[in-house]
Amino acid sequence: MSEQATAHRPRSSHARSQWFDVLDQFLTHRGAALGMIFFVLVCVAVTLGPALWTLDPNTIDIRAKNQGPTLLHPMGTDQLGRDTFAQVLAGGRVSLAVGVTAMLLSLVLGTLVGVIAGFFRRFDGPLMRLTDLFLALPLLPLLLVIIMLFRDTLRAAFGPETGIFILIVFVIGITSWMQTARIVRGDVLALKEREFVLAAMSIGTPSRRLILRHILPNVLSPIMVSATLGIANAIITESALSFLGLGFPSDFPTWGRLLFDSTNFMTLNPERVIWPGLAISLTVLSVNYIGDGLRDALDPRIRGR
Amino acid sequence: MLNYTIRRLLFTIPVLLFISFIVFLLLDLAPNDPTGNLPLTIPPDVRERIRQSLGLGEPIHVRYFLWCVQFFVNEPLNILEQWTGLQFGSGDRLRVQSWATRSPVVDLIVERMPQTLWVVGMSYVVGIIIAIPIGVISAYRQYSWFDQAGTFVSMVGFSVPTFFTGVLMIVVFSVHLDWFPSIYDTTHRVTDWQSFWFQVRQMIMPVSVLALFNAAQISRFMRASMLDNLSQDYVRTARAKGVREPVVLLVHVLRNSLIPVVTVIALGIPQVFGGAIITEQVFKVNGLGQLLIIGIQGADIPLVQTLTFIFAVLIVFFNLIADLLYGILDPRIRYE
Amino acid sequence: MDYRRLFIGCAGGAVLALAGSANAERGADGHVNIIYWQAASILNPFLSGGTKDIESSSMVIEPLARYDQDGNMVPWLVDEIPTVANGGVSEDLTTITWAITPGILWSDGTPFTAHDVVFTAEYCMHPEGGCQQSTSYSDVTSVEALDDLTVKVTFSTAKPFPYGPFVGAESPIIQKAQFQDCLGAKAPECTEQNFGPIGTGPFRVVEFRANDVISMEANPNYRDPSKPHFATLTFKGGGDAAAAARSVLETGEFDYAWNLQIDPAILSQMESAGKGTVIAAFGTAVERLMVNLTNPSPDLGDQRSTVKGGPHPFLTDPAVRRALSVAIDRNLLSEVGYGSAGKATCNVLPAPAIYASTANDECLVQDIDKANQILDEAGWARGSDGVRAKDGVRLSILYQTSTNAVRQDTQALVKQWWGEIGVETELKNIDASVFFGGDQSSPDTFQKFYADIEMYTNLFSGTDPETYMNNWTCDEIPSPDNNWLGNNMPRYCSSDYDALASELGGTADLAERARIAKAMNDLLMKDGAMIPLIHRGRVSSHSNALGGVILNTWDSELWNVADWHRQ
Repeated sequence: MSEQATAHRPRSSHARSQWFDVLDQFLTHRGAALGMIFFVLVCVAVTLGPALWTLDPNTIDIRAKNQGPTLLHPMGTDQLGRDTFAQVLAGGRVSLAVGVTAMLLSLVLGTLVGVIAGFFRRFDGPLMRLTDLFLALPLLPLLLVIIMLFRDTLRAAFGPETGIFILIVFVIGITSWMQTARIVRGDVLALKEREFVLAAMSIGTPSRRLILRHILPNVLSPIMVSATLGIANAIITESALSFLGLGFPSDFPTWGRLLFDSTNFMTLNPERVIWPGLAISLTVLSVNYIGDGLRDALDPRIRGR
Repeated sequence: MLNYTIRRLLFTIPVLLFISFIVFLLLDLAPNDPTGNLPLTIPPDVRERIRQSLGLGEPIHVRYFLWCVQFFVNEPLNILEQWTGLQFGSGDRLRVQSWATRSPVVDLIVERMPQTLWVVGMSYVVGIIIAIPIGVISAYRQYSWFDQAGTFVSMVGFSVPTFFTGVLMIVVFSVHLDWFPSIYDTTHRVTDWQSFWFQVRQMIMPVSVLALFNAAQISRFMRASMLDNLSQDYVRTARAKGVREPVVLLVHVLRNSLIPVVTVIALGIPQVFGGAIITEQVFKVNGLGQLLIIGIQGADIPLVQTLTFIFAVLIVFFNLIADLLYGILDPRIRYE
Repeated sequence: MDYRRLFIGCAGGAVLALAGSANAERGADGHVNIIYWQAASILNPFLSGGTKDIESSSMVIEPLARYDQDGNMVPWLVDEIPTVANGGVSEDLTTITWAITPGILWSDGTPFTAHDVVFTAEYCMHPEGGCQQSTSYSDVTSVEALDDLTVKVTFSTAKPFPYGPFVGAESPIIQKAQFQDCLGAKAPECTEQNFGPIGTGPFRVVEFRANDVISMEANPNYRDPSKPHFATLTFKGGGDAAAAARSVLETGEFDYAWNLQIDPAILSQMESAGKGTVIAAFGTAVERLMVNLTNPSPDLGDQRSTVKGGPHPFLTDPAVRRALSVAIDRNLLSEVGYGSAGKATCNVLPAPAIYASTANDECLVQDIDKANQILDEAGWARGSDGVRAKDGVRLSILYQTSTNAVRQDTQALVKQWWGEIGVETELKNIDASVFFGGDQSSPDTFQKFYADIEMYTNLFSGTDPETYMNNWTCDEIPSPDNNWLGNNMPRYCSSDYDALASELGGTADLAERARIAKAMNDLLMKDGAMIPLIHRGRVSSHSNALGGVILNTWDSELWNVADWHRQ
């Protein structure tokens, strides 16, 4: 329990930076540590898994269709006899990548817009009206247009898979930042009138430093919630896109699509539905705990507790 | 404050016009086509004639201007006529017509409002009622079993899409238990207790599916906001002063924590009017969400344009309300 | 909401009329529920050609004659079908004269006359009306009423098959008195009429909610006093095919569900609940692969997938097309995707029976070895990555179709088989409203065909294949010059085929027509312009408590709704 021991060392020690404290606090948060372990495990499983479980997710074995779990197919098979376990592994790779990248993109965009709008009064009006515009845009026609305009260019530049990946991450990212922006802006508006910010301003702290040191750490908790919800949202939106024929090619499994495809087979082959659903839920849950832990770890008032 | 409100309201007019133009442009650019879902037995030249008869041969600015006249002049006049019984002009005005149904879009929207408000609106209310206490208790008893269970349920509720939970509920409660109807009857009218009970039964499943989703989201924000406030100095001061715990929690902390949550709630209200596309589809509620998705799939530009514009008005309006509420709930925020 | 009041008035009238009727049988079976997972948006098929709109309106408005479940024409509002033999069709095949059965009433009690029929033609042939069924009236020069019960249609050329106008669910008769102010550009503004047409059919509209639900009741003036057996009817729309099937087969809330294209395994499991029955019938629909004979390479810019852009780098090789076809196990595709609603086929013209050819049945049996052998012999050798190539051209195919669960399963299976013969396949699926939309600016339409292979279903309505077979003549090739409006997706052009097409246009004898149509089909198959996969049927289901259902793919599925009854 060396971590416990170090945690009680006097904090004034110059050998350790603030980030050590944060890490320390993070690791003592049981939920966060478990969440982190699970998340890392899932990441490892989906990256290394296909190398170990060598069954190709797209191999069709029609004689073995709609099977329950067997030794050969531990999670059963789908209506064409494709191995569900291999599909969950392959699908996780795409879903996680899309979920995390799209979430990060929307988070960065949302926080940027929110902080600027809240902090600089000049930009508040235009940026918030821009947010209104994005909230009002009908998502589906927007997607159809974006995909029509850019799919072939991206496909030519990056190949079919990476091209579509970039497109989907971009689409999900730019259509999901608005709520984060609104909430962050609201918090910043309130923070700006708080004494410590006024104090920092009065001693002439430059805006950039003020935002990074004083504002951002204090709006972290809504951002963390947005991040958690955002990752789930991105995974689900991706499945809706594939369903509409706007996402990855149909022989490209993702968790969301696996769940969607198997919904109708719920009564015929219940095992098939459970796995992708569980994979999405547990991943989101683990991200949520990581977010909780991070938030606690970054809050100096809680950190010492 | 009043000054601010008036200025914001005035500013919304150009903003909304701009939004409507962008949306029109977007719909026009989209590659789907009103004849796309017709059977292939209809030959290409007939399809071209259909497109011409819908006015698609005109250049885009003419069509946009036509929509503006129909929506901003003809429709309000029409409503005024219906209310007052007076006749303005010849009364022979062209209203915004849907391409698929060839009927006024506004009538379609009015027809669908009740089921959407009942189902989606109710689910929002139920979601909020569940979410706030859960958020408060989860934060107050952070990492207790209640908090853990709440976190788990809300994460599952948020991460499992409604197309799945909806079908699951139908399989369990309609097929196996035979408790609730799987198809929503939009023509049903509540006249007595029995018909009211039927209405409740047909609403239970769609409302609970959506409420779970809404509650999951709002309770997360509520919990986070409560946690932020619970560690503030004023809470310690209040406790030190000897204020009783329920008062600390419900008066001091809750009031302050509600500020960001109220924004989230207010911003979600336009989505109620937008309907719930997937849930409406699963339970055949056929409200505004279903109207919108059918319009988009059929490239019914006047319908989608009108619905989206009304939606945009609501968004801008509720954003304003959220901002004003913010100022009222938190006196530190000043709008000049 | 004036029309609401109108409907309520009608309903009140109906109660009185029923009470006064001497025959108690009409409406004795109470209420029937029908679900179409695509909701009806309008009850005027001239303004919407969607199947849902045609079929829902077919309970209200009717044609003079229609097709039965075997594709035979049956007189509906007339006493007999006019033919050359009975003098109804002129010897030179340019006129047809219909004699309406006397005594037929509209649901508002007024008599049904020849003037209504003439008006219907005028309504649909109006140049500004955008009538979606105007194909039914092609080559019609005039429609006139000889007297109150006789209608004469004159064509500009000899029509070997003069049964276009007023026959089948696509061409019903509307009431002149109701629609006379709705001609041409006015047509779309007549919401009240379009939502509640007055008809001669067994039911009439009580309330119409666009894209949602229609409430109907028995027509008090229906010509058979004992029908319909149901007093009221609900036609609900929305949801998806699986949900519709569930509501009939598992929960029993509905009596009839239309077009259940879902996984056969799920459907048979639902049927085992014992509440309903799945029914299937075959029409002319064939799921097929279109082979692009022109070069779809993006480098060609404007000339992409056009005849000017040059031939396809490898699909013009007949050996490749034949190998691709032989490598497919059509029976398995049918079993996996269509169940009882699919049959393997090697023809694009599989029905009616007299037109069905048997000359191409080689492809019914999958033979991977043979396919490999064909490619080997043609000089396509496997490269190090397993993909065959010749002279630097790799057999790499972009295979597109519309988004649909069954089509994606088919794509996956075909990709696997083609992989086994050394052909690389990239799959692409496009939203149906874009794919079939024909938007000029979109690169993803089935007409532009910016891919090597595309898959969809085509069919013809009625029983005469002439228009359908004309799809593959040289002037039907889509190109930028004709705004991509054309049905010849493979860009197939053969003078032999065009000669057969014009021969068909000038032949009246049915047996002779059948011979020519078969020859056209065989020529298409021999040249490999298309690879037919599945002869697709229509699957619907009805509850076991509903009797009298006869599934009809040649006309509206609801063609005999007057005979439906409780059992």
